[in-house]
Amino acid sequence: MIEFESVTKRFGSFTAVDAVSLHVRQGEFLTLLGPSGCGKTTLLRMLSGFETPDLGAIRIAGEDVTALPPYRRNVNQVFQSYALFPHLNVRDNIAFGLRMQKVPKVEARRRVEEIVEMVALGGFEARMPHQLSGGQRQRVALARALVPGPAVLLLDEPLSALDAKLRRQMQVELKRLQRRLGTTFVFVTHDQEEALTMSDRIAVMRGGRVEQLGTPTEIYHRPVSGFVAEFVGEANLLAAERVGGEQGRDGAALRVRLEGGLELSVPAMAWPGGAARARVSVRPEKLCVSKRPIEGVENLFQAVIAEEIFQGAFDHLVLRTEAGTVLSAVVPNESAVMEALHEGDRVWCGLHADDLVIVAA
Amino acid sequence: MPTVHAAPSPQPVYPAASSRPTAADSVAPSGPRRAGRSGAWWVERGLAAWTAGVLAFLYLPILVLIAYSFNSSRLNVVWEGFTLRWYGELFSHAPLIRAFKNSLIVAGASTVLAVLLGTIGAWLLHRNRYRFARAIQTLICVPMVMPEIVIGISLLVLFTLVHLELGHLTMILAHTTFCFPFVLVAVQARLQGLDPALEEAALDLGATPARAFWLVILPCLRPAVVAGGLMAFTLSMDELIISIFTAGPDSRTLPMQVFGMARVGLNPMLNALSAIFVVTTIAFVLFTEHLRRLATRAA
Repeated sequence: MIEFESVTKRFGSFTAVDAVSLHVRQGEFLTLLGPSGCGKTTLLRMLSGFETPDLGAIRIAGEDVTALPPYRRNVNQVFQSYALFPHLNVRDNIAFGLRMQKVPKVEARRRVEEIVEMVALGGFEARMPHQLSGGQRQRVALARALVPGPAVLLLDEPLSALDAKLRRQMQVELKRLQRRLGTTFVFVTHDQEEALTMSDRIAVMRGGRVEQLGTPTEIYHRPVSGFVAEFVGEANLLAAERVGGEQGRDGAALRVRLEGGLELSVPAMAWPGGAARARVSVRPEKLCVSKRPIEGVENLFQAVIAEEIFQGAFDHLVLRTEAGTVLSAVVPNESAVMEALHEGDRVWCGLHADDLVIVAA
Repeated sequence: MPTVHAAPSPQPVYPAASSRPTAADSVAPSGPRRAGRSGAWWVERGLAAWTAGVLAFLYLPILVLIAYSFNSSRLNVVWEGFTLRWYGELFSHAPLIRAFKNSLIVAGASTVLAVLLGTIGAWLLHRNRYRFARAIQTLICVPMVMPEIVIGISLLVLFTLVHLELGHLTMILAHTTFCFPFVLVAVQARLQGLDPALEEAALDLGATPARAFWLVILPCLRPAVVAGGLMAFTLSMDELIISIFTAGPDSRTLPMQVFGMARVGLNPMLNALSAIFVVTTIAFVLFTEHLRRLATRAA
């Protein structure tokens, strides 16, 4: 559907997008995720036509749009600031794209009514933008971008101005809308939770390049680098050294020593070939914590709870192993039913070897 | 209403049931005190008197002038009785009427030109990054502070040099020259506060740059354009010195005519004219201010 072919964009001496090749599939919800300055917004702006690549080509539905101005592209964008036209009411804002396409009045009215219904703005058609709440403005921006029927809808951090609760609600609505319409969505965000919730695939960006492209589960469970592991979700990222075992044999285990001294078994296949050092990523929720020894895990060790932070549904624990390795863990807060865990308690920790992710040092 | 002490100046009203003023309150200016008047009270009184004096200095002459426009005496010193005679004479005074028409033509045409130049200029300077943008900006603004006599002489030299006959055209050109920077600056101020994504949104939805400007940017700028235009019109109607240098024999404007008549001797008809001007100007200012407030509310 969309193809970026080694696209490069520089601003002065700063390379915002560095030879990115990316293929977006028809009808998918793709998220460009990364910290500020990673090039995600520039990539989006080249898709909408507000920036032109210095090198490379961009194709939408087979057509080369690299040099096409924004008003000749069959893509529409939802802006971070919404950019609603302040002098037009909701109806005229939404109808603007159809007016530009010279869609007959009767048809335009029908399509506007349809989309107004879809984004639940019925009754607000005559309001001016400044008379709307943040969430309503967001819906108008969405409706305005969707009503011309673009091949691709671009969304530039559209939820960042909403409060947490409304944001979560809009995430679900946006995903539902995308499924219903079947339109390809390209969504830009720096919020990993947002990306995981809504996307079919995520492209994690860093320094103008795509670091990893995959489904939310792939990105979360099999990050290709320490950067991805830390940026998406929480992770204990610890330097590790190989201390024993045979490498490369399927099903075999390898002994590694983490910084601080804790030794763990990891699947031999996961270790980067030939390397003596690497990093191990442990998701906090993968650690089983109990007052009794845990059965059926490859790695069992003891630790002391150095800190306990109450987080509502979860407890966040900082654990110090006997060897001195510090790990954070997240355990469900079910203290009424289960044994209570307190600061200073000595506990058993269990870790499945398969839950460990090994990334290059 | 709770009972309070009668005091000569505005003061806080304390609910009867709630706490009485404390020691800290009593040192505050205009605290309710029955005996003696504090220094602060005198300062406040003094400032009020000063303000009244300044306003009187500004507006008393104008009020006197308006009052005397209804005076039946030909002299501006004694009041003889009420009359509308001078207003009648004013409207049948052919040279004044002709001058007023000229003023309207010149001010109208130069306002239209100034609005066009100022708005388009502001937009281009805002949207594109020109190499000498700062220098251009400064050069545009210089005529706003340049002595009118300098502008007048230099334009006269220019018109003579290119053999342009002095008349309505030269006056319109001259007035446009000193009016359009005011429009440009007003529009620029508005553009500063405009979300750059507005234009992008219009382009994104299929509008060409020209249509985006016409359908989205211009409506957003309208309050500034109207305010700048009113400013230009007022400045042009009021202009005397530049007009003297650039006017032809048939294009005397109202200020020129009035100035000429006043040199011969004050005439109650001019009082009547001034009264009309004052009232119109105040109406204009109020209208412009209203627009400005509308603009800030929408932004």
